[in-house]
Amino acid sequence: VPSAELRIRLPLLLLVFAVAASPAAAAQPPDPHPRPGLDAATLDRLVDPETRDETIASLVEGTDVRALPLLRALLEGNLYRGPPVLLDRQGTLEDALTGAPAQVDRDQLEQVTINNRVRKTLERAVAALSLLQGTPAERLEAAHVLQENPSAEVLPAVQKALAAESSGEVRETLRATVAMLALASPDAGQRLTAVEELRKAHAKRQLMQRLEVEQDPAVLAALREAVRDVDLALQRAAMVGLAFSGLSLGSILLLAALGLAITFGLMGVINMAHGELLMVGAYATWLVQAAFRGTRHFDWYLLAALPASFLAAALVGALLEITVVRKLYGRPLETLLATWGASLLIIQAVRVAFGAQNVEVSNPSWMSGGVTLLPDLVLPWNRIVILLFSAGVLLGVWLLLTRTRLGLLVRAVTQDRQRAAGLGVRTPRVDLLAFAIGSGIAGLGGCALSQIGNVGPELGQGFIVDSFMVVVLGGVGQLAGTTIAAASLGVVNKLLEPWAGAVMAKIVVLVFVILFIQRRPQGLFALRGRALEEG
Amino acid sequence: VSTASVALQPTVVEPASPGRRLYPRPVWTIILAVYAVLAIGMPVLHLLVPAGSALHVSDYTVTLAGKILCYATVALAMDLVWGYTGILSLGHGLFFALGGYAMGMYLMRAIGRDGVYGDPVLPDFMVFLDWKELPWYWTGSNHLLQQALLVVLVPGLLAFVFGWFAFRSRIRGVYFSIITQALTYAAMLLFFRNQTGFGGNNGFTDFKRILGFPLASPRTRVVLLVLSATLLLSVLVACRALVLSKVGRVLTAIRDAEDRVRFCGYDPVSFKLFVWTLSAAICGIAGALYVPQVGIINPSEMSPANSVEIAIAVALGGRGTLLGPILGAALLHGAKSVLTVAFPELWLFVLGLMFILVTRWLPRGVLGLFWREDRT
Repeated sequence: VPSAELRIRLPLLLLVFAVAASPAAAAQPPDPHPRPGLDAATLDRLVDPETRDETIASLVEGTDVRALPLLRALLEGNLYRGPPVLLDRQGTLEDALTGAPAQVDRDQLEQVTINNRVRKTLERAVAALSLLQGTPAERLEAAHVLQENPSAEVLPAVQKALAAESSGEVRETLRATVAMLALASPDAGQRLTAVEELRKAHAKRQLMQRLEVEQDPAVLAALREAVRDVDLALQRAAMVGLAFSGLSLGSILLLAALGLAITFGLMGVINMAHGELLMVGAYATWLVQAAFRGTRHFDWYLLAALPASFLAAALVGALLEITVVRKLYGRPLETLLATWGASLLIIQAVRVAFGAQNVEVSNPSWMSGGVTLLPDLVLPWNRIVILLFSAGVLLGVWLLLTRTRLGLLVRAVTQDRQRAAGLGVRTPRVDLLAFAIGSGIAGLGGCALSQIGNVGPELGQGFIVDSFMVVVLGGVGQLAGTTIAAASLGVVNKLLEPWAGAVMAKIVVLVFVILFIQRRPQGLFALRGRALEEG
Repeated sequence: VSTASVALQPTVVEPASPGRRLYPRPVWTIILAVYAVLAIGMPVLHLLVPAGSALHVSDYTVTLAGKILCYATVALAMDLVWGYTGILSLGHGLFFALGGYAMGMYLMRAIGRDGVYGDPVLPDFMVFLDWKELPWYWTGSNHLLQQALLVVLVPGLLAFVFGWFAFRSRIRGVYFSIITQALTYAAMLLFFRNQTGFGGNNGFTDFKRILGFPLASPRTRVVLLVLSATLLLSVLVACRALVLSKVGRVLTAIRDAEDRVRFCGYDPVSFKLFVWTLSAAICGIAGALYVPQVGIINPSEMSPANSVEIAIAVALGGRGTLLGPILGAALLHGAKSVLTVAFPELWLFVLGLMFILVTRWLPRGVLGLFWREDRT
């Protein structure tokens, strides 16, 4: 009975011994070890549990990448006790030293087993050595393994890898890894440098972890300051990110509302089918994309899609003007209902023609990915492009209204239809053109929307309430008002989102708009547009 | 302005019975005949004639008739604000749905232990969300009387507060329409959330009984049909009395020239607020009768499209005629229930064309084709 107990306890004792021995081995200056490499003695020492730890440590220290297959085999349980020590390489056994194939009965082999603690050390060792070879992706992976499971003993290996590293991305990660490893270093000076590095890398978690165990007062103070700095930086990044997503939403609202600013704001026509014109533009983009698919110019299909979506929506808009809107000038409530009917017709027509499911519009390659401003802040390219695009469309509309003859005529007809007609302006033609242009701008908005969201028959439905809110809030007939209203609605919406959730944010914004126009209704009715004077 | 064709001349009032003052005899005959068919004929044919007979009225028809009667009541309420006062609401579906939800709360509580989870107090969706007790606003929802009060009070109060803000700021015309649309849209988003406590996007359904009577039984169905028909008739009489009264004259005047009414010393705000709140309350009652008949209420009833459909039903029948909107609602929803089953793809085309054709060529609606209201 006692001997059985001893047999159980022996590995435990060994384990305890090993745990007690390993930090000492790491801290002491190395003995005159045999030169690490793939000689028989090293292998034997690696197989022997008593000497395994120091062998691994010395292999890592010597950064001998030739040992990597052996360490991997040991980690994965593919190493068998000899003599000779055998290695299972994908099912075939071979001599671990010479690589010569071996003919042995597997049943007689004894696997070299490791415990969990050694497994950790080994994982670190394998990762540290992998940093020195393999593809950049593998090196990055290895660096992440070390970050997850840091220990000071692999520090020299990582430093050596950092010195030799060529890929910028891996270098960044390695630098953070070195700092993380150095944070556990016994040398206070190294720890201070590490804190500085981690502050730059915004590694709050590592700093916080060290804060709990740090004893040195100088390092402690540096740590506290670093955590505060990182907190501030993270907050700033979050604010910038929030502002960006708000502006991005605002730019989309602007694109949806700009066309409306012409048809509703200037002409006073309530076009409830405006959202469907967005949808027509998005479907035109999809068709153009389908035509370009497979050609080598696919990346530039958007250049062709822009005029196509403008023209498609402008044509539908012109048709709408001739058949419905023109007959109902001066009867805004009827126009509202009739254009609602038109929106139902357009939705159903698209559904019959292209199916009720969403269609797939993919980004060109130059619009995928994003700009990394900070480690925690990536601005997607497609959103940046749309932000710039909406600014461009805004500029275009402004130029059109203020610098062209058509813009002059539109403003004249808006301000005083009868006098304009008396001066020889063909008002029906101006109406038609203005309405078509407003619709075309909605088509451009649809083209932009297709790059960031789903394209389906119901695409426009979600925008009609929002875009009317933008125009109403901004004050009719004013591009500046429309722009400011779109941007501020977008930003306010996104600011509220983390606090209240997406749906509540939308509700709060709607209620806010309703209350706001209670306070400032004169902003709404200032325009001397036709069809707005009621009663 | 084009709706000004209903002249402002005072009606020639003969000293006759109260009924004669509202409608001439032939019109009364038609109204009462339709009421008799719905409230007496259909129940008798449904309950007493065996199911195999050609004269039997099916469950489906009874429910459909009840549904259309509720829609017609809403259309009447809409005509009061749009046809007579010139306020186009695109959010009347909200008031209808709120009434429906108030009734639905009672019906959910009345399920009792018969729910899927068998909880004696909590409705199924609350058990599913792992709620332990009823939210405060569900207090007393097991009493039909309290919920019946809420059916009127909640839409009425919401309309009053909203209208007070809007009318005081002189928001009118299309702006008012757009804001009412935003209102119902916001409410729809709110009710879609599970945390709001009204069943999220599934809403309320699987009702079992009302006041202990099973909802699936033919008798309950017939009682609800008779109630709906009676509601419509009483609302029609009340509205007709209102529009012929002096208040009604002021409302019509507000529609045709609000500024002049103000210059004459009237305060349009209080008149508009009165008729707006009344209209919302009527919608609430209609919603409350609608829910037990169709057996479901969910936030899609608050979608902007539903509210616009109410407006087009009124326009189709003929604005400012009271009888027209009833006809319009019957035509619209009759066509809808036939077409969505027979030709589902066609329905939206028909509805869309209806919007355009009615506004372009039928400004006075179907009723206006053969009857002019102001020629008494």
